[in-house]
Amino acid sequence: MSTQDKVIAIIAEQAVLEPSDVTLDSTLEDLGIDSLGLVESIFAIEEEFDISIPFNANAPEQSDFDISNVAAIVAGIDKLVMEKA
Amino acid sequence: MKRVVITGAGTINALGHSVPETLEAMREGRCGIGELEFRDVDRLAIKIGGQVRGFEAEGRFNRQQMSLYDRFTQFTLTAAKEAIEQSGLEFHGDLSAKSGVVLGNSGGGMQTLDENYRSVYEDGKNRVHPFVVPKLMNNAAAGHVSMQFNLKGPSFTVSTACASSNHAMAQAFQMVRSGMSPVMITGGSESMLCFGGVKAWEGLRVMSKDACRPFSANRNGMVQGEGAGIFVFEEYEHAKARGAEILCEVIGFAMSSDAADIVMPSKQGAARAIAGALQDARIDASEVGYINAHGTGTAANDKTECAAVADVFGPQADNLMISSTKSMHGHLIGGTGAVELLACIMALRDGVIAPTIGYQEADPECALDVVPNEAREARVDVALSNAFAFGGLNAVLALRKV
Repeated sequence: MSTQDKVIAIIAEQAVLEPSDVTLDSTLEDLGIDSLGLVESIFAIEEEFDISIPFNANAPEQSDFDISNVAAIVAGIDKLVMEKA
Repeated sequence: MKRVVITGAGTINALGHSVPETLEAMREGRCGIGELEFRDVDRLAIKIGGQVRGFEAEGRFNRQQMSLYDRFTQFTLTAAKEAIEQSGLEFHGDLSAKSGVVLGNSGGGMQTLDENYRSVYEDGKNRVHPFVVPKLMNNAAAGHVSMQFNLKGPSFTVSTACASSNHAMAQAFQMVRSGMSPVMITGGSESMLCFGGVKAWEGLRVMSKDACRPFSANRNGMVQGEGAGIFVFEEYEHAKARGAEILCEVIGFAMSSDAADIVMPSKQGAARAIAGALQDARIDASEVGYINAHGTGTAANDKTECAAVADVFGPQADNLMISSTKSMHGHLIGGTGAVELLACIMALRDGVIAPTIGYQEADPECALDVVPNEAREARVDVALSNAFAFGGLNAVLALRKV
């Protein structure tokens, strides 16, 4: 599975949707993921890719990790995985 | 209904090992938060906390006691000794039979849990010390206080996360007010600054890596603390008859439940608890001069709390001071309301308002007088102490100058 497929699977599970309902330009808000769901998604992504995501729930917009939509999350993960390699 | 007064106070926390030391630090706006020191701290992303320093349990407790006292019990007994000594009370006969201990605590013996899980899981040992259970149980501290001071009345532990101490003190207040007990020892304690304790909080992504800055626009989360705050709640006539020094009067309380979300605070739930405390104490909003805020320094709590205060007090909100001392001693979780009650006592008795330190940028969503960075002198007749817990469980106490 590509990064994109894995991320969509994680987010779909969190949002209780089919992966086909999640697109690259979906926002977490569109998908009905609240702050608790967001923290859980970040955790699931960290576990899946064995990375640490800089994310503070107090100031999501100020974190170095862009969560504005699925595409941004995928790009952020690829960058962190690359930096780790 | 009986009147209830506080005739003894004790504490140990990151700001000091006694009430005078703690109040001096609050007056000076000193910060007790620093680099954490314990095993495996390098594996944490959050490395700061309000840790109690220079506390030598070995000199205070004997070998047998040490094998039974987790750090939260050690803190509790140290603070209880200070409080009960100040009150001058000795518990014998009928007084002993009716007086008890109600304490708040959230994590129980986290240090004991952490050490022993490490031993059986990480080190692969198959044997643990025989007293692990009586050491880690949440009610261990209340039990040891009852034994040490001969308190034979109603004693138990209340666990409502960050509101534990306020719920406990509200319960003790009710017992004295109703005439059930002439004296109750109450307050709370916590000691979860260990690898597992901080790691668990880290997971929630609400912790700050650098400082606790309540109400400041650039706040970025909470910082954990540890310690205990213990008080002697005594029936007023009982205290007066023996010429006891009265620190302040407890005049009311209210509890409410948000019934909404397990972690996100609710303005309505908080406002109902604050308004309820005013009603229970039969006071008008205009009489309140100071509120010790829950003020955790998270984005969510501080704006919700300010909105709740604004709702209850209306235009009067501009005439009161509200500060969060968590900026100095950190968030003591189950013990936090107890240590914060000291700031209310200082406001009422000494006319000194503890500041919210670390305040850097005004936040339009927290547009109240948060006593930024420096303590202030002011006469205060009535003070409130807020606590809003995970689970949506809220408890607010009201106190009056005597």
